[in-house]
This record gives sequence, structure tokens and C-alpha cells, in this order.
Amino acid sequence: MKSEVKKENSMILQKEMIEGLFNDLANAKANGRKVCYTFVPGNLSELIRTFDMLPVYPEINALQNAMRKKSAAYIKEAEKHAHSEDVCTYVKCDVGMLLKGNIGPTGQKLPEPDVLLLSYTGCFTFMKWFETLKREYPDTTVIMLHTPYQENGKMTPEMTQYMVKQFHEEVIPKMEAVSGIKFDEEKLKKHLELSKESEDWITKIFDTTKHRPSPIDAYFAGVYYIGPINIGFRGTQEAVDYYKALYAEIQERIQLGLGPVTPEGEMSEEKYRLVVEGPPNWTSFREFWKIFYDMGAVIVASSYTKVGGVYDLGWRHNPEKPLESLAEYCMNCYTNLNLPQRVDLLSKCIAEYGADGYVTNSIKSCNSFSAGQLAMMREIEDKLEVPVGFIESDLVDPRYFSYSNIKNRLESYFQMLAQRKMMKELANQPSNT
Amino acid sequence: MKKYYLGIDLGSTTSKSVIINEKDEIVGRGITNTRANYKIAADIAREEAIYDARFTLLEEKIGESQGKRPELKKYMEDLKNVFKYGQFKRRMDSLEKMLIQTVENFSHPNKADILEKLKIIIEKIRPQIHHEFIYEMLGTKNQFFRDIVSEKYNGEVSNIGSEFYEPLILAFDKSITPTENEMVSYNFKELVIESIKILDEKYQGLADTQGNNNKEDWYYAELNTTKDNYETLAYTLRQHIEAIADEEIPIANMVGTGYGRALLPFPEDCIKSEILCHAFGAHAVFPNTRTVLDIGGQDTKAIQVDSYGLVTSFHMNDRCAAGCGRYLGYIADEFGLSLNELGPEALSATRETTICSTCTVFAGSEVKELLNNGEERPNILAGLHKAIVQRAMSLIARSGGVKNEFTFTGGVARNQAILKYVKDMVANTYGNLTMNIHTDSIFMGALGAAMFARRNIQVNLPKAQKSEVREPVE
Ligand code: SF4
Repeated sequence: MKSEVKKENSMILQKEMIEGLFNDLANAKANGRKVCYTFVPGNLSELIRTFDMLPVYPEINALQNAMRKKSAAYIKEAEKHAHSEDVCTYVKCDVGMLLKGNIGPTGQKLPEPDVLLLSYTGCFTFMKWFETLKREYPDTTVIMLHTPYQENGKMTPEMTQYMVKQFHEEVIPKMEAVSGIKFDEEKLKKHLELSKESEDWITKIFDTTKHRPSPIDAYFAGVYYIGPINIGFRGTQEAVDYYKALYAEIQERIQLGLGPVTPEGEMSEEKYRLVVEGPPNWTSFREFWKIFYDMGAVIVASSYTKVGGVYDLGWRHNPEKPLESLAEYCMNCYTNLNLPQRVDLLSKCIAEYGADGYVTNSIKSCNSFSAGQLAMMREIEDKLEVPVGFIESDLVDPRYFSYSNIKNRLESYFQMLAQRKMMKELANQPSNT
Repeated sequence: MKKYYLGIDLGSTTSKSVIINEKDEIVGRGITNTRANYKIAADIAREEAIYDARFTLLEEKIGESQGKRPELKKYMEDLKNVFKYGQFKRRMDSLEKMLIQTVENFSHPNKADILEKLKIIIEKIRPQIHHEFIYEMLGTKNQFFRDIVSEKYNGEVSNIGSEFYEPLILAFDKSITPTENEMVSYNFKELVIESIKILDEKYQGLADTQGNNNKEDWYYAELNTTKDNYETLAYTLRQHIEAIADEEIPIANMVGTGYGRALLPFPEDCIKSEILCHAFGAHAVFPNTRTVLDIGGQDTKAIQVDSYGLVTSFHMNDRCAAGCGRYLGYIADEFGLSLNELGPEALSATRETTICSTCTVFAGSEVKELLNNGEERPNILAGLHKAIVQRAMSLIARSGGVKNEFTFTGGVARNQAILKYVKDMVANTYGNLTMNIHTDSIFMGALGAAMFARRNIQVNLPKAQKSEVREPVE
């Protein structure tokens, strides 16, 4: 089928991009390229590229290792080295991988970092994580950019100035020193231009869930879609091309009236539309997803796909104001929004995409996401009167995913949704029928 | 023709079933312990409910001719108890056979001796059980076949001498499960007639006068003296039994719920989540219920319901079974007590020992440590009960707190100490609101399932509500 071929097109593109990155990383030292370890939220992809460095994302390695069933051994290794059981399992998976020879998810050895760039401190764990890495790599340069939290629900000019100052005084000079490349603002502007373009496309892509049936799943498939924009390709032509191709494929699905593609093929009937808050479980990703599509539930929006940047509300990188724009980008990550902002964003998704329900996946070892989740859930329940559901799992620790417990809760939740949906329909029926 | 609806709640420790009529009234209840084979557990629970439904029909019939007299109620209760004995005895007969066969298959050199000891044990426990059923109403005490016989059997084994201990216990372990998993069918009529005969004997041997102001005696005295009451009753009964025994109890639809629901051989739309069923059942009995707490064998659920009894949100315990019925079972084993003894002993505490751990794994060592430090057992038990309820309270808080009215359901609601802490803590945290605890609380899930069955699962849900409100008991 034509659409099948096209679907594969974007997947092939993504696969090539990622393989290319890991190849470049494997050969980085030989080619004299500098390597920058950094995190997805608040990542300064464009700046890293301006200095011709290659990015490594520990969280991404952790989640990919989990999907390849390697995380359990790494976590155990980290625990053997006295990392507590309750610590964020991304960290332990990463540390374990390092202790076991730093073999990346593709089986290639990852290069040691020349720079540890911490541009986002929404979670204190990030800081501790890099402290740990600094102990393991004592020769590396640490660059620390402090990103203020959107405590009062907005980014003020002072906050932006505070960050721009750090760019001038801390970030740029250190990156120049490590890379031996002088900062070139024009080059950065060009990347930002392309970032803006990718951001437009990804917004359009996630907006297609307005259609019924929704042509995509904005959580389980969404995590693949955000790959390129989050892991170093934002600001490149490759990313723009990828998103264009993806958008075209989705348009075709819409025209054909097709629902989302699942690992077992097309979803046959869209019974429930949901908004999901919280990261997915990676160790049992397929099983987890299956519970949803087996019950005809499609995720029309998720907060997790916004951790690398919130573009829905119109914010874009701005080449006219490059450093200000980078500052604002860091502040505009989902987990850097205050709770009312998050509630508003999720409420908007529920309303605009016509969701029937809202589900929270609470992650045991991530305090950052979990704090406030229950309060947000209550508020959304009260405000929008949507049925809410709550499940618990973990990021990459397979010991904290209980299939039967999650299935039981979700099954109950879906039955509850079915009842409420029916009630609503009955209430809306004209009285003479 | 009348129609009936069946709900089956296959819990992790007990399987319950309820039959309702077209007015949502419970006409039959059945309960059994859940076995490795869920299908058999479900079948037994269903059979039990059908027998119970026949008794309900009998009572109705007799009520029509005899009116609502207390001694009539007593007689029927007695009859059901003896009926249970009849059922028990049939299963016991098959256990005896199985035991003998198991020992005969042993390749033990002392086989003959073991067999002889086994027969001695059987001869000892048979009259004990008979006596406890007939004179101590064992049949009304909600104990399961396995529990009753293993208690008696183990007791006798320890009297027999250590060299026979192992083979005798082994024989029992090998025989009990197949016996339990055997479907034993009874002829209702035969069994009731047999029970009436046993009752006749019992009453003849009882005192005619009320001794020591004992309520029990009073009933029996009433039965015996008031113009040969029981004889009249038995006579009327015999007249109705014929009709009732053959009367069909047509099950128009059934719904399964509970932990093992997915294993029931029911069509997919006849399987419902226990959360929905518990809420629906509790709401049917107490129509103003807005918050339901259900503590079952395997998990605890805090459920919020709307005015139709439909769930609006819920919270469940996480992966660990701490704070559920299983935890109580574990604690009982730890102290060498039976589950039924836990609550009363906890209630006799003078204070509550603080227990940090509601984790099944840690609680054991914490308890041993406390005992070593000279802490009193009731105080430790009180602390454990309190800890369980505290855990449930935090689940309730997560689900949005307690809204008026509050209903407590599930098997653990039978534990009086748990009940006390639930009442105290709910009142302390949420103020003075109506709290409902029903004598049938363990059956709420099955009731909800039966009600869904009557509503044909999906169709007519909201409309069928309202008018069918029944009086709460308790
Ligand atoms: S936000 Fe959560 S997952 Fe990310 S580093 Fe912090 S604790 Fe770990």
C-alpha cells in the first residue's frame, strides 16, 4: 500500500539520522570532534552545533537501553556501587552503563565527554548526575547554565537577561575554549531559522489528532516523533526534511480515514481519546502500549512529548534574538512550567483534541514529574469533569512495572469511561427518543 | 416466569456469588475459598448461591402460611446450618476415601501402621465435627471445608506420635486439594429432608425450659414447647420442599468480576472490573453512598461514585499487597492465630504499638523484635491493624477524600478492629458523616456484578436505577 511505503520513509529517515549520530560519536575522537553530554529538557542543540560538537544524551541512552532490555543489569551495577534504590533510574542506568564500559545502545562505545553542559536544572537530580559524571571524568569541563523556574507563570525580561549574561560570561567562553572555535552568531542564527521551521512542523503534526479517528498516537508513537527534535537534530535541515515527510504521511492517513499505526498494525476502532501526563514506562513499552490499543484507546496529547520544548502555545526560536531565544527555550520546557501553567496546557489539549479522559502515569523514581501530579489531576477532574485515571510504573527499572496491576487499573478505568460516555450520550439524546 | 441474575466475584482468597431477582433483591449468596482452579471455585460459589436461593424461596413460602415469627427464623437458620453439615459430610466422605487411597499408594515400609493411625484420626474427628455443626452452629460461621478439617486433622496428628507426623501430613496435603477441587453435587430435597430428621433429634434432646436467661435456650424452648412448634414447621416445610426443590431458578444473565475474572469462561462483555461492581453494589444498598472503601484479599480500593452508582474516580494500592487481607493472613500465621481471632485480640489492646512497616516482608521481623522486647501481643496487633487502615486512608486521600455517605466493603470489613479504626479515622479526618457497613459487605462486588447482569451490562444503565432502593441492614 502506498501509505505503508511512505510511513516507512519517515522511519527510515529517522533511523539513518540516529545511526549517523552514533557513528559520528563512535569516531569522534579519531576525527578530533568534541563531545558534549547534555540533557533533553533545555538542550542547546543549536549552540552545540555552532561549536561543531556532538551531543550525547544520557537519558536517551538510558531509555534505549531499557527498550533493549539492558537497563536491569546497568541498574544493578550502579546499585552495587552504592547508588540507592530510590534514585532516579535514568541516572543509575547511565552510571551502570558507564561502569560497564560505556557501550551505547547501538553496541558502539560512546566517547568520553569533553564538556558536561547543564543547561536545565528543573530537577535537582540533573545536577547530582553531572556531579557523579564529573567524578568519573575528572578532566572534563563542566558548564552550568542556571535556568530559572517559571514560578509566577511567566518569563520576565529579567530572567532572560540573567540567562543571557550567563551565556556571555560562562557558557560561550568555555565552549570556545574546549572546541577551539570562535563563537559565530550568524551560524547560530541559521540553525535557529531551521529550528523554527521544525517547530512549526512538529506543532502541525501533533495537531492532527484533532481528526477523528486520530491518525497518530501522540504518546506511544509521539515519543518516536520527538526523537529528532530532541536529540540534537533541531536546527538542521535533516530534521526539517524528516518532519515534512512525516507530516505528508500523516496527511495521507487522514485522507484515507485511518487511525494510528501500532506495533500490530492499524488500530481498528477508536473508542477512547485520552490525554496522558507523565513519562512512559520504557522496559515494557510494547506491553504497556498494547493495553491501550487493545482497548481502542488512542492518546491524542501527552505532556511527555513536550519535555523537550512546548511549541503548542506559539513559542518559537527566534533568529533575530539568538541568545534570548535560547534562554527562553530553556525556560519553556514542560517541567519548567508551574503547576497552573501545566494544568492550563493539559486542559487546552483535552478540550481541543476532544479527549474523553485523562490518565497519569506516576513514575516511582522521578520526583520531578511526580510532584504535583495528583493535584493537577484533581484540578483537571474538577474543572473539566473528565474521568481521570492513575497508574504507577517506573522509567527504566523493570522491577517496578507490574503488568497485571496496571492492566487491572486501566481495564477498570476504561470500563468507567465507557459508562460515563454512555451516560453523556444518553443525557444528550432528545427526550422523545 | 421469574428471572434471576447471577454475579460472581472471583477474589484472590474467596469466591463469592449472588443471585438477585428482578427487583435487585438478593435471593441467594454463596461463598467458598478460591482454589488454584478458578472455574471450580466459581462453580461451587454458584451452586451455593442456588441452594441459598432455594432456602429463600422456602422461607417466603413458609412465611406466607406461618407469618414472621422469631422461632421460625431460628428454625430456618438451624436448618441451613445442618444442611451445610450435610454438604460438609459428603465432601468429608470423599476426603476419607482419598486419604486412604493416598496412603495405600505410599511406598512406605510402615504403610499398614500409617493406615491404622489414619483411621483412628478419622474416627476421632468425625464426631467432633458432627457435634460442632449440630450443636455449635459451625455451619453459620463462614469457615471453609479446608480450614475446618485441617485444623481438626492437624490437631489429631500431633497427638499420635512423631514418627507418623510426616507421612500423615503428607497424606493430607496430597488429598485435600483434589477433594476440594471435586465438584460434589447434592440433591437439594434429599439433603433438606435429611437435615429435618437431624433437627428432630436435636430438638428432642434439648431442654424445654429457658435456662440462665440464655437467648439461645429461649428460642429452643419456644420451639419445643409452643404447641410442638418445630413439628408443625417441619411438616409445613416438607410440603413446600417438593415444589421448591424442583423449581427452576433460571439465570437470565450473569456477570463475573474480581481478581480472577479474566479466567472465567464468560463472554467478554460479561466480565466487569471489580471496582465498578463494588461501587455499584455498595451504592445499591446505600443509595447515598459517594465514597466506597473496599479492602479485599489482594488489594485496597478507594472509589468515588456519583448519584447513579457509577464510578467517577478510584485509586488502588500499588504493586505490594501490604494493607490487604493477605497481609492479615500473614500476620495471623506469624502469631499462630486464625484469621478470625485477630480482630478480637487487637480490640483487647491497652494501647497501639507503633508499627513502621506495613510491608509484608518487614512486618514479620518488626513483630518478632517487638515480642522480644516484651511488647504485649494485643498491642502489637492493634498497631498492625491501625497501620493497615492508615494505608487505606492515604489511598482515600489520593482519590479525593471521603464524601458523605461513606461505605466500607470487602472481606476485611468483617474484622472488628479494622472496622473500629476505619470509623475513628474517617470521623477524625472528614468529620461527622454517615458511615455504612453492611453485614453483606463481602458480597458487594458480586451484588454489583449481578446488578450489571440484570441491566444486560450496557443497556438501560441510567434508567434502570432509582426506584429500586432497598433498606440498609445494620
Ligand atoms: S526529571 Fe525525573 S527522570 Fe529526569 S533526571 Fe529528574 S528525576 Fe530523573
